[in-house]
Amino acid sequence: MSNVPTELRYTKTHEWVARNDDGTLTVGITEHAQELLGDMVFVEIPEEGTTFAAGDDCAVVESVKAASDIYSPVVGEVTEGNEALADAPETINNDPYGDGWIFKIKPEDEAEIDELMDSDAYAELIAAEEH
Amino acid sequence: MPFIPHTDDDVRNMLDAIGVKTIDELFDEIPAELRSKGLEVTPQGVSEMEIARLMQERAAQDEVCLCFAGGGAYEHHIPAAVWEITTRGEFYSAYTPYQAEASQGTLQLLYEYQTMMASLTGMDVSNASMYDGSSALAEAVLMAVRANRKSKSKRILMPRTVHPSYRKVVHTIVNGQGIVLEELDYDRNGGFIDPESLPAEPGDFAALVIPQPNFFGSLEEVDALTDWAHQHNALVIAVVNPTSLAILKAPGEWGTDGADIACGEGQPMGAPLSSGGPYFGFMCCRQTYVRQMPGRIIGGTVDLDGKQGFTLTLQAREQHIRRSKATSNICTNQGLLVTAATIYMSLIGPAGLEKVAAASHANTTALVDKLASLDGVIKVFDRPLFHEAVLQFDLPIEEIARALSVQGIVAGVSLVDDYPELGNCLLVCATETKTEQDLDTYKENLERIFVRMQSAKCPVEPKMK
Repeated sequence: MSNVPTELRYTKTHEWVARNDDGTLTVGITEHAQELLGDMVFVEIPEEGTTFAAGDDCAVVESVKAASDIYSPVVGEVTEGNEALADAPETINNDPYGDGWIFKIKPEDEAEIDELMDSDAYAELIAAEEH
Repeated sequence: MPFIPHTDDDVRNMLDAIGVKTIDELFDEIPAELRSKGLEVTPQGVSEMEIARLMQERAAQDEVCLCFAGGGAYEHHIPAAVWEITTRGEFYSAYTPYQAEASQGTLQLLYEYQTMMASLTGMDVSNASMYDGSSALAEAVLMAVRANRKSKSKRILMPRTVHPSYRKVVHTIVNGQGIVLEELDYDRNGGFIDPESLPAEPGDFAALVIPQPNFFGSLEEVDALTDWAHQHNALVIAVVNPTSLAILKAPGEWGTDGADIACGEGQPMGAPLSSGGPYFGFMCCRQTYVRQMPGRIIGGTVDLDGKQGFTLTLQAREQHIRRSKATSNICTNQGLLVTAATIYMSLIGPAGLEKVAAASHANTTALVDKLASLDGVIKVFDRPLFHEAVLQFDLPIEEIARALSVQGIVAGVSLVDDYPELGNCLLVCATETKTEQDLDTYKENLERIFVRMQSAKCPVEPKMK
């Protein structure tokens, strides 16, 4: 069973979301997602200042197996992309919840975050997927 | 007989295994209104004997002629070894092989091809080919819109000096994706895009297309155009003739930073004119944009024992993996033509290609001098040229061309329909295949035809607009 930290929120498309003190959200992909995708070879991070609707594809992670879209969990504007991933995409495999974060986004409506799954719901989702 | 090995039972079993009722259900993703309603205008099949007869009759209509037509496809000498080797069983496939373990020879050839193209264009990477020059340009336009991270614009600046057919194909392919092609007009004296005429504030645009040489055969001010586009955060798409690159500056060296994407028609390198195809397109780009490049790319690698090997690379962005989100819907490519081009380039080498380019330039210059020395023929543009030029005639081109064709001479490509503002103009080309005598034959026949046409009872009005 993959690690699913309790302090994070989750999407059905396997992104995790963390709240930051400055009101932005940090987004990455879950340990479960990186396990499914395998070794990362390339990450396309979103451009700072771009706005996305919830569910828009805003980044691409490419592994040896597949290229997958990363979807924005909320409506908002990207404030930062993780530039370090350009040279070290494997960070997503090694530290998905830490240095492997993908982008930060400033949500238009903070209440939207509460609609995301909590760790129990996400754990249930991946348990169901595995059966 | 259908060339599908599966029996109805096989198909049934496969569908049952994946829980789908009919083959049609597999295509549910495609909206009904976009589906083809079947092939309504395709005639019924005919027997092998009938089709052989029909094709023989059509082939017999082909004549050996003295060809001065270019306009995107060029007659060049092809060493006999090129197609002798290309059509060997080991190479005889149109496809890029997926199975690296069974296809090292073909993969190595494609890898060499990419290396040659990257070197010729001065770019970092090349793909394993496209369908043809025009669709390669369309893919380059789509790629530029995806790749330009400084601009979200879907506006492309497309000079009118780009091949008219290319512009039409690009429009057909990109139009449905909301991409706007904005035409740039050319200078009437030079037949080129005058950098001085470019707006200081062009507004946001994704890319500028730069043809070199352009459709008129004229050379563009590629350095100034490239720098201008880059100053406005746009990418530069070079559409180039591969033969010309032996004597002209490579797109990778244009301006301060070089072009971003280089594409074009590969036919001049080893493919016969052959009534219009099959040809192949090529596409090269900078390393930065490699993941936005469509098509197959062959990579070099090493196996477990450290021995060199070749394999398809960057496949994760392609349609067999990314489905509808793939970078492009280009699936297979013109592998056989690429094989011919690779062998052509290997056989003639850099020095040989330079000779071909220089001789084509010299022959065209000589032809233009000869023809323009006649009364009623004017060289239209005063710019340097590669191996084509625009000539204006006093007498109607259609009649001149018809009279020349009776003598087995293809006069050139008429510009009357695509460039009516130029009047009665013809695009002529003389590659290295033409001799001094060939050029004189053209001139002498033209002279004779002029005399006959002018002495005709009814004076002919030139089609000047």
